[in-house]
Amino acid sequence: MLSIHNLHASIDGAPILRGINLEVKAGEVHAIMGPNGSGKSTLASVLAGREEYEVTEGEVTFKGKDLLEMAPEDRAREGVFLAFQYPVEIPGVSTTNFLRTAVNQVREYRGLEPLDAVKFLSVMKEKMKLVEIDQKLLSRSLNEGFSGGEKKRNEIFQMAMLEPTLAILDETDSGLDIDALRIVSNGVNKLKSPNNATIVVTHYQRLLDYIVPDFVHVLYKGRIVKSGTKELALELEEKGYDWIKEEADAASV
Amino acid sequence: MSKDNQILEELTSKEYEHGWSVNLETDEAPVGLNEDIIRWISAKKEEPEWLLEWRLKAFRTWLTMTEPEWANVHYPKVDFQALKYYSAPKQTKKPKSLDEVDPELLQIYERLGINLNEQKRLQGIAVDAVLDSVSVGTTFKETLSKLGIIFCSFSEAVHEHPDLIKKYLGSVVPMTDNYYAALNSAVFSDGSFCYIPKGVRCPMELSTYFRINAANTGQFERTLIIADESSYVSYLEGCTAPQRDENQLHAAVVEIYAASHAEVKYSTVQNWYPGDKEGKGGIYNFVTKRGICAGDHSKISWTQVETGSAVTWKYPSCILKGDYSVGEFYSVAVTNNYQQADTGTKMIHIGKNTRSRIVSKGISAGKSQNSYRGQVQVMKRAANARNFSQCDSLLMGDRCGAHTFPYIDIQNPTAKVEHEATTSKIGEDQIFYCNQRGISTEDAVALIVNGYAKEVLNQLPMEFAVEAQKLLALTLEGSVG
Repeated sequence: MLSIHNLHASIDGAPILRGINLEVKAGEVHAIMGPNGSGKSTLASVLAGREEYEVTEGEVTFKGKDLLEMAPEDRAREGVFLAFQYPVEIPGVSTTNFLRTAVNQVREYRGLEPLDAVKFLSVMKEKMKLVEIDQKLLSRSLNEGFSGGEKKRNEIFQMAMLEPTLAILDETDSGLDIDALRIVSNGVNKLKSPNNATIVVTHYQRLLDYIVPDFVHVLYKGRIVKSGTKELALELEEKGYDWIKEEADAASV
Repeated sequence: MSKDNQILEELTSKEYEHGWSVNLETDEAPVGLNEDIIRWISAKKEEPEWLLEWRLKAFRTWLTMTEPEWANVHYPKVDFQALKYYSAPKQTKKPKSLDEVDPELLQIYERLGINLNEQKRLQGIAVDAVLDSVSVGTTFKETLSKLGIIFCSFSEAVHEHPDLIKKYLGSVVPMTDNYYAALNSAVFSDGSFCYIPKGVRCPMELSTYFRINAANTGQFERTLIIADESSYVSYLEGCTAPQRDENQLHAAVVEIYAASHAEVKYSTVQNWYPGDKEGKGGIYNFVTKRGICAGDHSKISWTQVETGSAVTWKYPSCILKGDYSVGEFYSVAVTNNYQQADTGTKMIHIGKNTRSRIVSKGISAGKSQNSYRGQVQVMKRAANARNFSQCDSLLMGDRCGAHTFPYIDIQNPTAKVEHEATTSKIGEDQIFYCNQRGISTEDAVALIVNGYAKEVLNQLPMEFAVEAQKLLALTLEGSVG
């Protein structure tokens, strides 16, 4: 589904990603871990098409199409979803209104009829249960005055509404207490299917107790320096990142 | 250039939609301004002697006045002698009803999306259509007259209802109130008149649609709305003009009189030609709008969506004379490219327990300058007066300006006046967030801007609100990329 080959990206001329290779197939969950500053969030942003980052080398194909050629909105319409680490506030625009615009633009791109208000509402009601989100919250201005947990739950709710084929969760666990973490993870797990894939970007192993990955990759200095199964995450939890850094630094000398 | 600016750049490059004009055979006054021209206009309109005298008095005062320069706008001065002060489409005889109006004129309005044919119109809005200097037709007159409501062109009112005109003309905006009001009083050509009798709730929205067609012509219309005791009316005003290289002057006066327990809601969607991307051409919109809450428990509410004009100078105001009277001002002013707007309101609290509310939302893009100027005045007698003002500015890009000039003058210690102001920018982050959900950049900007202006747009009648939302998006189209 997603194939990343030798991806290099920089911001303001400073290289952040230095040759990422990754294959993600339908039905899989991949975790991207790594110390601060290793390029985890950059990878998520580059895949979603944030403009500040310049791709200097490499290819990314998504469902056989050149992802890097696409505008951010087209990537979304093709089925790429990014759950933001810091969801953005839009005053005066309710989540409902925002999502209705989004869902219908995605549907239009896919050649589907727009959902009318009644249908949209019934789909919404059904998806709301997944993340235990209250309708009152959805009538409020998008993310404005939301708690950390509410923002993240709202992200997963949006994901449920948009039904992406590839969901990228960028540090979705940051700022969540244990209850919120459980709710958010449950939501993500319920949305999993053999037809979609998830990339979980996280610093801590904690989230992976809830969203169990098929593969774990460790990112360091813009490269994937180690890949393994969920046991690798446990090892990192126990030993920290230093041993990986040493290994990687030694190998690159 | 950052993404923000690119987006802005593109969004601002959209052309004005109503920029076409039609070649009409017209009846025009000669170029220039002097007492003879005023006599010419007055004669053309077969006005009574007192009105001519009134005009001349206004003109003589105007000659002694100087153009105001305190507003935060800069533009080449108007050469008042180079303008024509009257231009009317030639009609062989005065139409008695809409059926007799020249189809070519009706077509102009149809092209603007205004159908003057009553059968085809949505029920619920009566329209007076003003083209250049004259009213070309008023719809639903008969339906309204059954309720005693008078809704007609100003000229018609002068002939049919001289007592009302004589009593109220200039009673809210005195002929010598300010430079442009004096000029308007001297040369005004037509406009709308409306009278709602005691206890009547006007069953439909009344609307005036102003269109400038002729070149080198100033448009000087006058609107007078009188709401008698315990009556209610909602009034809408829309404006467009063709695209021309030279600046055109629009200096209107609107007067509203609300008797006790009466309520008037006045909504404007102003879309005069704003000039091109380089700032060439466009309408100078120098307008005086004022209402008086003359009776106790009366209410006047102004809602304006200002998207057009090269230069806007406009302060719809309320004189809160009656006890417990209420004044409201809701405004969205958008400026793009080289547009300049200096707009706001005045709330003059005279009566006891009077309340006013001001919500102003400025949106600046391109190289435009957008100023809010508001005055809250609480007079000695106005015990327990309350005012709440909120002035927000939204900036798009880094070459535009937003300014706020609040003036507060309190002479009664029991007054409570609150003022809140914010300034924000449409962020790259907000746009990217929308993009990531599949929303195109243009729709993202429209969504964000409409969200920002929501409190004001909610005040507009439904049909108008949708129109205004589209217009906001259109005005800013090309300003983000």
